[in-house]
Amino acid sequence: MISLSDYLILSAIIFCIGLVGIFVNRTNIITLLMCVELILVAVNTNFIAFSYFLGNEAGQIFVFFILTVAAAEVAIGLAILTLLFRIRGSISVDVTNSLKG
Amino acid sequence: MNSEQIIFYIFSFWFIASSLAMIFSRNAAKAVLFLILAFFSAASIWLLLEAEFLAITLILVYVGAVMVLFLFVIKMLNIDKSTLRAKFAGYLPLGLLVAAIIVTEMAMVLGYNQFGLGVMAAPARHGADYSNITVLALQLYTDYIYSFELAAVLLLIAIIAAITLVHRKEVNRKGQSISEQVKVQAKDRVRLVSITPKNKENK
Repeated sequence: MISLSDYLILSAIIFCIGLVGIFVNRTNIITLLMCVELILVAVNTNFIAFSYFLGNEAGQIFVFFILTVAAAEVAIGLAILTLLFRIRGSISVDVTNSLKG
Repeated sequence: MNSEQIIFYIFSFWFIASSLAMIFSRNAAKAVLFLILAFFSAASIWLLLEAEFLAITLILVYVGAVMVLFLFVIKMLNIDKSTLRAKFAGYLPLGLLVAAIIVTEMAMVLGYNQFGLGVMAAPARHGADYSNITVLALQLYTDYIYSFELAAVLLLIAIIAAITLVHRKEVNRKGQSISEQVKVQAKDRVRLVSITPKNKENK
């Protein structure tokens, strides 16, 4: 049988892969959005694993709402990306430095 | 090793391998395809956890809609490949270091001493008459009905925001001008001309 630890460690590995993706992809915003998707899937796997092992379906309801929010985030993110490409002619992270902190 | 473990490790391997290939691929379209493979593997692992509805939703909504949206945007934008990945190696050691530390810490916290089968035993598999969709729908439409409606409103706001962001001024649009249509008279549209027929000899 597969224990809860296996699922949790798997989702931790996926989470960290998404994190590394955000670190190394400084030049492409589309890949940044995809890494955020990967992180969300890792978190959803956590929710579903706990929901299964605890016998409580509320975790799956949470995953449902996370999927909704992620879809909305992708729609708005890609709209902003299209707008950025139309204005700057590039989708590199380096051109989005107007707001210098 | 029983068949469940074999299935779990195969899909975990493909999940991790395609995720790594996604973040290290130079081509954005290839990255999307690797992410689709990662989502399929994740859906298979969710099926092992008896979350059938969410697994199918992940494939239908994510692979069918969101990833295709990504592909549309990548094909639409003409991305210069040479400028991409210019500073790739600069942040890689730091990222790998942070990720290795996080994985080690999480593995120590989430190890078999805390969440192993001895501590938290796997529940018995449900029978063939168990419906995951029925259980989810009963909770979703009773306890979580307000959250469900809020999610619908959130999607509506996302649609409006996305359309408003990329909306152009009416340079190329063919729209109706209602006031012009109401003000129009018959003499503006119909012109009566008197034509004298020439070839009367055919009749």
